[in-house]
Amino acid sequence: MTQPRPRTLFAKLWDDHLIQAESDATPAVLYVDLHLVHEVTSPQAFSVLRERGLKVRRTDRTLATMDHSTPTTPRGADGRIPVVDLQARAQLAQLERNCTDFGVPLYTLGSEHQGIVHVIGPELGFTQPGMTIVCGDSHTSTHGAFGALAFGIGTSEVAHVLATQCLLQRRARTMEVRVDGVLAAGVTAKDLILRLISEIGIGGATGHVLEYTGSAIRALSMEERMTVCNMSIEAGARAGMIAPDDTTYEYLAGRPHAPQGAAWDAALARWRTFAADLGSTHDRTVILDASTIKPMITYGTNPGMGIAVDAPVPTPSHLSDASERRALEKALQYMALTPGETLLGKAVDVVFLGSCTNSRISDLRLAAGVMRGQRVASTVRMLVVPGSQEVKRQAEAEGLDEIFRAAGAEWREAGCSMCIAMNGDELRPGQYAVSTSNRNFEGRQGKGGRTFLASPLTAAATAIAGTIADARSYVRGR
Amino acid sequence: MEPFVTLRSTAVVLPLENVDTDQIIPARFLKTTDRLGLGNDLFADWRYDASGAPREEFVLNRPEAKAAQVLVAGKNFGCGSSREHAPWALLGYGFRAVVSSEFADIFRNNALGNGLLPVALPEPVVDRIGALIAADPQSVFTIDLESRTFALPSGERFDFPVDPFARHCMLQGVDQLGYLAAKEPEIAAFERTRAGAY
Ligand code: SF4
Repeated sequence: MTQPRPRTLFAKLWDDHLIQAESDATPAVLYVDLHLVHEVTSPQAFSVLRERGLKVRRTDRTLATMDHSTPTTPRGADGRIPVVDLQARAQLAQLERNCTDFGVPLYTLGSEHQGIVHVIGPELGFTQPGMTIVCGDSHTSTHGAFGALAFGIGTSEVAHVLATQCLLQRRARTMEVRVDGVLAAGVTAKDLILRLISEIGIGGATGHVLEYTGSAIRALSMEERMTVCNMSIEAGARAGMIAPDDTTYEYLAGRPHAPQGAAWDAALARWRTFAADLGSTHDRTVILDASTIKPMITYGTNPGMGIAVDAPVPTPSHLSDASERRALEKALQYMALTPGETLLGKAVDVVFLGSCTNSRISDLRLAAGVMRGQRVASTVRMLVVPGSQEVKRQAEAEGLDEIFRAAGAEWREAGCSMCIAMNGDELRPGQYAVSTSNRNFEGRQGKGGRTFLASPLTAAATAIAGTIADARSYVRGR
Repeated sequence: MEPFVTLRSTAVVLPLENVDTDQIIPARFLKTTDRLGLGNDLFADWRYDASGAPREEFVLNRPEAKAAQVLVAGKNFGCGSSREHAPWALLGYGFRAVVSSEFADIFRNNALGNGLLPVALPEPVVDRIGALIAADPQSVFTIDLESRTFALPSGERFDFPVDPFARHCMLQGVDQLGYLAAKEPEIAAFERTRAGAY
């Protein structure tokens, strides 16, 4: 008998969920363990089911929440939540009707577990190692932090999964991202992933699943790992994943939907098999030294346009490739930046702390640590938007909301908020924002708005300074 | 889904890399619960000025763009969000194919599933197509899905890759759900082998 070939983590999960292997003629049929649903990308999928008289095959593997177009303004005195417009209201109502009609569990607006889909899945213990997880949302890659194979799908595929619990897929290639060394004080997981994307580019991982390895990855908390995996899609990756370890199991233990008792022991034994085999190989490998990473900030209009916060904005004429030069020129024009200038000290109008990248309790703690006893600059509007009602309650229990409020920041309800600017929270044309979210595309945070992506520490330091600040000088000696 | 067999059409060029789905269809238009009606909002922030009037300089607002069913763009087209509203908006406008040297994964899938053909050609070829259109906006190109070829007005042809299964579905005009639904026995059997696993 021949030895089984050593397999990557991705290969193990792929094999484990194959109902039908792919051939030249047909893609693989892949089973989905957990399907997350939100209001924006699901209505047309439920319509397909209605048109064809189909049911949701596994309501017990499906979970819906409201997050994208939900308001984050505090409730009125009457307890009502002011939805931004009629269309958003109709979309939310549609999700509620669909979930009722098809028997899908839903965390509605105002319910205690509502929040951003990629925040609530992990925090409630739905997200587990070894699973396949999909959602009509590109940042589904977040859940890969648990050693799950998790990726975004389109609305047609949402219908496929609702109806059959399966997807048609071609196997991806894999890329190992090995990060060793230690992150410096003031440098976070967000800086790590922004640095990676700035190196490989926003199409750098197209067609690949990223497997993050190395001592610097192992040293990250679960929430930090989620930040890293979350932005894998910004490098074009299908998914990002990190093999589960004790950090993962400790995070999961006792979560409401994690296995309990004997089931936990059985799960743990299975989860421990989800690591890459010794000798398994990847199609590509990228290596980063964590100790060389500085606080990062983007200057342009895609997440790959990032630099160290103290570095000069690149100069188009230094680029030899004509289309790259054009892209940079266009980005700098949109951002109204000058080649060679440094962003440190540049005034901003808004600071947004939130999104599925950086709205978890550890993110809020980091920012609050910098802002304790400080004031947000009078020229800056700061929004702090917890990722879920659970994060909000926890932050309030720790008094973080008081720190933000005392500093003059707005303390909001949970949701996507200004990350996607569908709910009324948006930049005005021309405004500059430092945001802890994941996309700085033109108009992403509001038509004409200009986004600098950065870490929660950089966001907090910038809010206080009123201008883009180096987080390292705010955490030194602390 | 309308079958896609052969397309003969003029084309327009958007000479930009990394055109993300937030540009193709900005998020504020995603509050719809329908697939239709997004064509007017395609590239809205590039296409219209603050007052909502068409920007003359934007390529889709030029007279020759009206009849074009092919969009030619720079590499990594469709990156960013997974919104299927992006192919819906492109189709709603009247495009049936997009040519680029590289497509973002989710966008390519979404496009194929809706009968919008992503035609991936080598960068120098995409550049040549762009030059031909610049010289003569009325240049007619022929895309043949059966033979997986893209032909220049001169008749010169280039092969492009397309997933055989997606190609089959597009040629027939059928979507993929029927195929998956027919796998029900295998799916049920698989679930039985995994009872208790999750
Ligand atoms: S927070 Fe932003 S990126 Fe995350 S799910 Fe919401 S809109 Fe998408």
